[in-house]
Amino acid sequence: MARVFLMQTRAEMLKFWRVPAFAFFSLGLPLIIFTFFGLRQATQPLYPHAAITVGTYVMASMAAYTVGNVMVFSFGMALAIERGQKQDLLLRASPLPPAIYLLAKVVNAALFALVALIVLFVFAHFTASVNLAAGTWVTLAARLLLGSIPFIGLGLGFGYLVGPNAAPAVINFVYLPTAFASGIFIPVNQLPDFIKGLAPYLPLNPFVELGWNAIGVNTDRAVSTDVLYLVAYAIGFFALALWAYRRDTAAKFA
Amino acid sequence: MPHAIELVGASKKYGNFEALKNVSFAIEKGSLVAMLGPNGAGKTTSINLMLGLRRPTAGKALIFGDDPRSIATRRRFGAMLQESGVPQLLKVTELVELFRSYYPNPLPTDQVVKLVGLEEKAGTLVKDLSGGQTQRLYFALAICGDPEILFLDEPTVGMDVEGRRVFLRAIRDFASGGKTVLLTTHYLEEADELAERVLVIDKGNLIADGSPQEIKSRVAGSKISFTSGAPFDAAALSGLPVSAADVSDHRVTLMTNDPQAVLRELFRRNVDMLNLEVRGADLEEAFLSLTGRG
Repeated sequence: MARVFLMQTRAEMLKFWRVPAFAFFSLGLPLIIFTFFGLRQATQPLYPHAAITVGTYVMASMAAYTVGNVMVFSFGMALAIERGQKQDLLLRASPLPPAIYLLAKVVNAALFALVALIVLFVFAHFTASVNLAAGTWVTLAARLLLGSIPFIGLGLGFGYLVGPNAAPAVINFVYLPTAFASGIFIPVNQLPDFIKGLAPYLPLNPFVELGWNAIGVNTDRAVSTDVLYLVAYAIGFFALALWAYRRDTAAKFA
Repeated sequence: MPHAIELVGASKKYGNFEALKNVSFAIEKGSLVAMLGPNGAGKTTSINLMLGLRRPTAGKALIFGDDPRSIATRRRFGAMLQESGVPQLLKVTELVELFRSYYPNPLPTDQVVKLVGLEEKAGTLVKDLSGGQTQRLYFALAICGDPEILFLDEPTVGMDVEGRRVFLRAIRDFASGGKTVLLTTHYLEEADELAERVLVIDKGNLIADGSPQEIKSRVAGSKISFTSGAPFDAAALSGLPVSAADVSDHRVTLMTNDPQAVLRELFRRNVDMLNLEVRGADLEEAFLSLTGRG
């Protein structure tokens, strides 16, 4: 069983890295956005007398954006493509346990997200002089990787609902505005009023708060409350994914 | 000992359409069986029930007496499906190695790649393979686990003559080791060439089950058609080895396995024939004689 899992994970990784556009989009785009938002006054304190610099804050925001993006996109796109090519047909007739299929995708996505985080951290360290204690780097990365579980559910939901051609557009159309409305690029208090009221309830807001909190920002909510929100979102998104999966398979395999 | 493959009163409805109607048969371990029928006859539906890809509306599909949906049962068969896909961004050997890992006692990768004649393409990405090569890759994935049962749904569709010849030999080689093979086809010659038993399926019914010789003798191989100069008298056909006859207006169409004898007799009886045409019956036509739909 361990061998199946290793082989399946290896196959997932090979497929992944052979799509340079995806690798660039996931690794490169956060760096470009960081350059726009994070390099201006990078070493200035976030607010007067704050210990946290603007660069560090923007890096934590982009870290959340990156991890969430990898999860939603890798699951959403991969499943939409696999369904479009009818790969699910042969897999379903094969002895591959579904749990291993899913777990291999999770491990692959988590590793990819970790690589994307390291690339971002190194970039921010050298371009914006971001310096954190060793434990803080680890806490930031660990919190975001664990906190991204709801976005796996969301990605799975997209993957079973949307076709392969529409998937990139639909996922971007949902993910990018949500990131803006959650205060990832622009602080929540600078958003239009009607979004300001909505922001705390969007899934990316408690997620990015986990990151901000890790670097020492006083967030609006306690970490425990953020975790509670994310657990609720995880339940909701996985329920959506399960419904979408059943809807998809009921038609094909009834 | 349970049968290798068994359908027990299996029916399948898609909405109001009855794709399979109360079909029962059992296939013993070690046999090579062809399921023959025209397009839309219910062959793929039968295979999908046996693979557990579809649930029968009534009845049962069993593999070695077990539910084909369980992982343990699936480790005992390999399948080559129509219209299924595989990851495009893996190389041939990577994909074979991946599928091997799903099975407890797989064949060596090199041996599988060689058996299907893809040595030259071992390092090629799946997306860069030709149609015929992709087809052979699917076969490689079906056999790489050295399964006890092999399901092949229309395996030679789209293959050129040479590819088909190599492929049929590979199937025979595989079957010779005590394996059970069930393939679907709509070519009578293919079933004849390969199988020791042929199941004929049409409109969701199992209409014949026998050796290729038995099936062939019941299926008309040729179609004779002509226009009669005078109003045609059906009595002119009496005693002829004709399995189906259709007379509409002055056009006469006959299905037979012995066109020479029929023509000789028609000439001898001085039947006035214009625009005489004799050709091999395609499967759809050949089945008319079996199904009595003529």
